[in-house]
Parts: sequence; structure tokens; C-alpha cells
Amino acid sequence: MSRSLSDPLPTDPSRPADHIDQDEPDAIASPTLGPVEWLRWGWRQLTSMRTAILLLLLLAIASVPGSIFPQRTADPNGVLQYFRTNPDLAPILDGLQVFDLYNSAWFSGIYLLLFISLIGCIIPRTRHHWKALRTRPPRTPARLSRLSAHLVADVPTKAEDPAADAAATIASAAADLRRRGYRIERYDTARSWSVSAERGYLRETGNLVFHASLVGVLVAVLAASGFSYTGQRVIVEGTTFVNTLNDYSSFTPGRFVDGTQLDPYSLTLDSFDVSYVPPGEPGGGQAGDFAANLTIRDARTGTEDTESVRVNYPITVGSDRVYLLGNGYAPTITVRNSEGTVVYSESQPFLPQDSMMTSLGIIKVPDGLPEQVGLVGFFYPTQGALDTGAFTSVYPDVVNPVVTFNVFSGSLGIDNGVPRSVYTLDTSGMTQLTGGTSGAESIQLTPGQTADLPNGWGTVTFEDASGGTNPLAAVKRFASLDIKRDTGGPWVLAFATLATLGLITGLLVPRRRVFVKASVTGDPDEPTLRLEYAGLARGEDPQLPDAIAGIRDTHLAARDRPSSQTPSQRNSR
Amino acid sequence: MPDPESLTLDSISLLLVWTAIAVYLLAFVAYAIDLAQRSVRRDEPQRVPALVTAGGDTQNTGDERAALNEVRTRPGQRQRLLWARIGTVLTGFAFVFHLAGTIGRGLDAGRVPWANMYEFALTGTLLIVAVYLAVLRRYDLRFLGSFLIGMVALLLGGATLAFYVEVTPLMDPLKSVWLIIHVFVASLGTALFAISCGLSATQLLQARRERRASGKGGEDAKRSGLGYLRTLPTAEALESLAYRFAIVGFIFWTFTLIAGSIWANDSWGRYWGFDTKEVWTFVIWVLYAGYIHARATRGWRGTRSAWLSIIGFTAVLFNFTIVNMFFKGLHAYSGLT
Repeated sequence: MSRSLSDPLPTDPSRPADHIDQDEPDAIASPTLGPVEWLRWGWRQLTSMRTAILLLLLLAIASVPGSIFPQRTADPNGVLQYFRTNPDLAPILDGLQVFDLYNSAWFSGIYLLLFISLIGCIIPRTRHHWKALRTRPPRTPARLSRLSAHLVADVPTKAEDPAADAAATIASAAADLRRRGYRIERYDTARSWSVSAERGYLRETGNLVFHASLVGVLVAVLAASGFSYTGQRVIVEGTTFVNTLNDYSSFTPGRFVDGTQLDPYSLTLDSFDVSYVPPGEPGGGQAGDFAANLTIRDARTGTEDTESVRVNYPITVGSDRVYLLGNGYAPTITVRNSEGTVVYSESQPFLPQDSMMTSLGIIKVPDGLPEQVGLVGFFYPTQGALDTGAFTSVYPDVVNPVVTFNVFSGSLGIDNGVPRSVYTLDTSGMTQLTGGTSGAESIQLTPGQTADLPNGWGTVTFEDASGGTNPLAAVKRFASLDIKRDTGGPWVLAFATLATLGLITGLLVPRRRVFVKASVTGDPDEPTLRLEYAGLARGEDPQLPDAIAGIRDTHLAARDRPSSQTPSQRNSR
Repeated sequence: MPDPESLTLDSISLLLVWTAIAVYLLAFVAYAIDLAQRSVRRDEPQRVPALVTAGGDTQNTGDERAALNEVRTRPGQRQRLLWARIGTVLTGFAFVFHLAGTIGRGLDAGRVPWANMYEFALTGTLLIVAVYLAVLRRYDLRFLGSFLIGMVALLLGGATLAFYVEVTPLMDPLKSVWLIIHVFVASLGTALFAISCGLSATQLLQARRERRASGKGGEDAKRSGLGYLRTLPTAEALESLAYRFAIVGFIFWTFTLIAGSIWANDSWGRYWGFDTKEVWTFVIWVLYAGYIHARATRGWRGTRSAWLSIIGFTAVLFNFTIVNMFFKGLHAYSGLT
């Protein structure tokens, strides 16, 4: 729709110069620019539509590598893995902040520029729209035939006085337009009577609300990130987590969170429920209906509560939300020295490695044995063997639970105060005593069994957590909980909803101007009224011709109604 | 083929889906014949009298209006194109089989039939056809039939071969009302983007023909480019139509993004985490935002914006296939191992 040809109205000064509704710029000799002009020129470039498109495309392209390369925020292990497999390339990519892409300087640069461009665009448009909202519809153009939609009907005058008839028929058109939600203004001259009408201010309002809400979303996200925190904690059945900084497995605070103001509550994992699709059925072995049954004690109110956290259904404790993120087995292992004294006894969470819950866990015994000892354990809830002879779990529930250990001795690397993960063992400074190439068989235990450690150092026992009463409860489970506070979420949602509403009105509400004009023509003895109906789209408006035709039909029908006389109508093209 | 004793609801569903694929292929052939016949037709097609007499002495707008009106005709007033009509009837039949197959799958699973890749392909293509058939009542888009139905047959056939999995119980994260809303609206948006893409591609062909025609002029010009293009609306009318489908698709996509964020907030404890699928949904959103801006920018309206629409839909397909299968992320619900 090249409306620049037919648009008799002044261009909109608030729009970027390259907006389709603006006139083509005249080719002019460029004058020499001073610093202020350069700044103004730069600002005009930044707020132009072309720049907006380029920045949008740039944003789209820049986002893609984040889906190809692992991200530290979403997949920290993937990043470590990438460094291991691509030792040459990884540091270069890291230098380009590819692993922290969405916090990187250049990605931030793109979206900040985009938002500056956006703000630079919406402020003048808001100002202009505010004025437009209080302006009357413009004067009826002299030549309506220049507008893109234009219909003509010649009708005989009904009254003695053609002028009075013309004024009356325009009044009826005006009333109809008003009923249709148009803002109207009469413009009568000596020889013509007309109404100028405009509707669809909501289109620009929606457009501005949409763009402003996007700024709102960004501000809410950035502002809230400083006051939010997220922490993870693994809780084994029967144990309690106290909501203090020390008790978290990991804790990621926002900039303004120091972790001393956490709500005083504790969570005890009473039990963990899970059900399995029986083997042989489609999806056999698939686990589901996870539920972590918690007892919540709130120190402030002194109340005690029980609640279940399930996937998709987090619970609210104080001002935190508690999510169920993962689960697994925590076999209870006891290590005794050669004198029978217990030197280690824990239900240690073993991390699942596959969907059948083959799980990996580490036991570290720093004191009480002749040397520091580390056990690398595999837990198989239902032990089976691969063709290679290696063990694997063939079903995720506890049917034939077996734990195996490779024993390492030497330095656990924890004496110099460097914090070490409880889930990994650095075996580089250690000697392997069982399994692998050590020559000795790995230790293999079922619940209740005990085996000797190498060198006669003592024994290791796989305790039956149910005390032998219930084989299905022989191994404890753990739940991995995510505890978070997000102050920005509701704001983000509110702005996003507002943006959607703005988008719908901004894209779908047509904005149009309609003119209805009556003029007296023909033989003075037998005058006829020439009625013109014209429409002008402001923005996309595919329905305009239909709308104008509808207005004409209603108007002519209304004109016919009072009298039985049928005026001959001639519709020109 | 399953033996009769094990004729479960799912195997009946599968049979219906294969039938649908076969009929879609026939419809595709019919639509292709239609395009070929349009090409050889010597005379200019009979123009349907415009519904609205639109004035204006600017030649551009007059042309466009006439062309638009040609697209916007009620079924009774259209050009009589035998093969196009056969194509549409076949598409209607195939749609019924397709719908029955999809409902059968849902009944067998006891849930909405869009919880893994196979089912999503089933429902997604069903919606493309549904939207196409619904739109046909208002616009004569039968010239898109060979593109859309061909694509549907390809996607559906490919998905049934490559992605088919038995009905399994839902995984925990999918047990949410958002599965129904988020995924359905995403499919609907995809359907609209598909039609928009088809229109944009046709627009590009038409624009090339128009450029050549205006360059050469005369009888020679009529033979330039693909012949059937002569019977189609102008590039400008196609663009305007493509835009209309794209903006509705964009609104659905925006909703998909927000609904997905709400779900992610319940399921994963954050509303946005740049998961691979989130990234691609965002990329698509940004591409279509770029497209909508391009439509309103001098120098970008026309061919350039049409390319953006095509790139946008390519990203949609990429997001559904490659990202689901090969990219590591939290949206790991393809059901494939």
C-alpha cells in the first residue's frame, strides 16, 4: 500500500524518518556537520527503523551460539567437559565470553542498544500520541478521490432546500460514525457539507504500551536479579535442612543479598515417594509421581507443617519457593577400623548416571585409618551385567541393590583447607588398592553385608536402612531441592501480560480516517446530492474498503428509510 | 502391520495416519496439476467481479485492491479450477483421517496427543491443515495447496517413520495444565507461520515475475517466470496477506513464550534460563519482530521482509526438528532415545 501517493496529511514527526508512513526524504546536498549535528545524526540513526531491524537480527544471531555451546549458568558441567575435549579452542571461546554468552559484554551491548533505540523511539511518539488524542479530526481534504478508498453516490435531494438536505444527511452520517466509535468533526463550507472522523487511537496506544512494557520487563529482570537468590540442597530421608547459608550445598545470591537475612525455617525429608512403570510395559522403568514429603518448622511462628513438593508444584515457605529438582539413592555406608571402631557412617547421596539409576558416589575417610582412604562407589538399585561383564542397573527401583567400591589410599587433598566437592575424588595423589589395575577385586556389597578393606585396615558395611525388615526400603533416598526467592517474577509477568495486550491492540485494531461529504450538483432546477465516502488507512488496514462500503450502505439505507421514495443510485468506481 | 489380535487403539490410529498421508500425497498431486494447468492456460483468468467497488485514481492501490479481492472470495464465487477443487476435497478427506488418527492416539494415551515429538508432529500438521481449510472459506489460497499439503505430507510421513514411539505414561514435568495450553498455542502459531511463509515465498516468485514483466513488457513478459503466477494475486497483495497471518502467529508465539515461562517457573524454578529451546523460541520471536518492523520500514518492505518471514519459519522448523533431536537441553521430551 503505497500511501505516500495518496496521503494528503502531514507526515508524523514522531516516527523514525524511514518509517513507511513518512515521505521519502529529498535528496539534498549534505551540509558540513558540527559535533552537535553529528550527535543528532547519530541519534537519528540509532532510533531509525533500519537500526531497530538490524539490532533485532543481530540479537537473534547473537543468541544462537548460546544454544550450541554449553552455558555456565545452565550447564556448568558441560562447560568443564568442553574444556576437557577442546583444550585449544575452549580458552579462546571463553575469552569471547561464549560460555557466559547472555551475560557477555557484547550480548548486553546489543540489547542495551536495542532498548535505547526503543526508548528513543517511544518517548517522542508518546508525546505526539498524547497530543493526537486531544486533537480534533483534521479538515476534510478537498479532493477525496485521491484517498485509497473512495465511493460516490448521487442521490436526488429530498427537501426543497438542497443545502438543508445536505446538512441533514451529513448529520446522520456523523451520528452513525459516532455510533461506530469514531471521533467526529463537522467541516461545512458554502458549497459542501462534510464530516471528518477518526478511530483506532487504541492502535497507537497498544503499540506504545507494548514497547514500554518490554522496557518494563527488562528493568524488572535486571532490578530483581540483585535481590533474588537461589540455593540447592540435597536432603537424605530422615535428615533436616536448616535454612542458613552454611547448610546449602550451593548458594547463588543476587548482588544485594548477603545470606544473613534468610527466613528461619527448617525442612525435614520424612520420605520420598516415587512410582515406576513396571518392566515389560511401554515406558517400562520410567519413574514418576515424585513427591518429597517434608516437615516444615518455622522458627518465627513456631508452627510445624507437613507438605509435599512435587515436580511442577513447588511449595511456598516463608517468602521462598521450594522446588523438587532431582532425586536419587543415598546408601548408608559404615567404615570401621581394624579395632572395630566406627570411623565413618553416613547416608551418602550417590548421583544418578543414567535413567536406570546407576549411581556414582564418593566416600572419604580422612581419619581413623592408617592412611586417608577414598572409596569410589557405584550403586545399582537392580544389578545386571552388560555384555562386557561390567555391571549396570537394569531397573531404577530397589530390587537387587548392590554397591561396589574401588578403594584408594593417599592424600584426599582436603588438609590444606581447599574446599572439595563431596561428589568427586581427585585420585591423582592416591594409590588404587582394589579394582582396575590394582590386581585386587572391587568390593561388592548387598544391604547388610560387610567386606574387609585391603591391607587389613578394617571393614566396610552396606547398612540395611530398614534394619532388614523391608527389602524395598533397604536404601535411603535423597531429594535435591532448589530454594529460591524471586522478587521480580510477578513484575515480569505483569509487564509481559501488558505487552501482549498492547501487542494485540497495536497489531489488530485498525486506525483509519473516514470522510463523508455532500455537495449539491446538477441542474439548479433539479439538483442532486453527490455523496462521497472516503477512507484513509493509518497503518495496516486491509478491511478499509469494506468498512467504507459498510458506512455507505448504512448511510444510504438510513436516508431511504423515512420516505418510500427510492432514489436512483449511481455508484461510480 | 499389527495382527488383528493386537489391534489396539494406537495401531488403528497409526493406520489412519498412514491413510491420511497417502491421501495428502494425492491432494498434493492434484494441487500440483492445478498449478501446471494454470501455467498453460492461454487466456487471462476470468476476474471475479470485485466485491467492493473501490475508487482512487492511483493505479497502485487500485491494482492491489482488485488483486486482494480476488483472493478474498467466498467459495461460490471462485474461479472454477477442477484440479484445485479435487485437491481441496482430498485434503478434506485426509484431514478427517488425520483428525481421527490424532484423537485415537490421544484416547489411547489418555491425555492430549502432543506430549512427544511424534504426537507433536501429528497435532502440529493437523493444525496447519485445519487453519488452511478454515482460511479457504474466506480467501482463495488454493495456490498454496501444493506447498502446504506437500509439506504436511512430508512432515507427517517423516515424523511417523522417524519419531513414532509407543504410548508411554507422561513424564513428571509434563503433568501440567500448561502442556495443554503452551504446546497447543505453539502449534497454532506454527501453522500460521507456515501459511505466512508459503505466501511470502509465492510473493518472492511473483515479485520477480513482475520485475521482469515491467522490464520487458509486451507479450514476451507474459511468458516470463512460472506461468501459473499470472493467475495469482500481485506480490503486494500476497505480502499484505502474509503479513496478516504472521502478526496473528506472532501474537500466539508471544503467548507461547509467556506461557512457557510460567510453566518453567513452576517446573524448573526459574521463568527464563536460556535453555536451548528457550533460546530458539526467543530467536524466532525476535526474527518475526524484525519482520514486522521491516514491513513498516522503507527499503525493507517487499522482498527483504519476505525473506525474513521465510527465515523465521525455517527457524521454526529447525527448532522443532534439529533442536529437539540434537541440542542438549531441558526440553528433552522427544520420547526418542
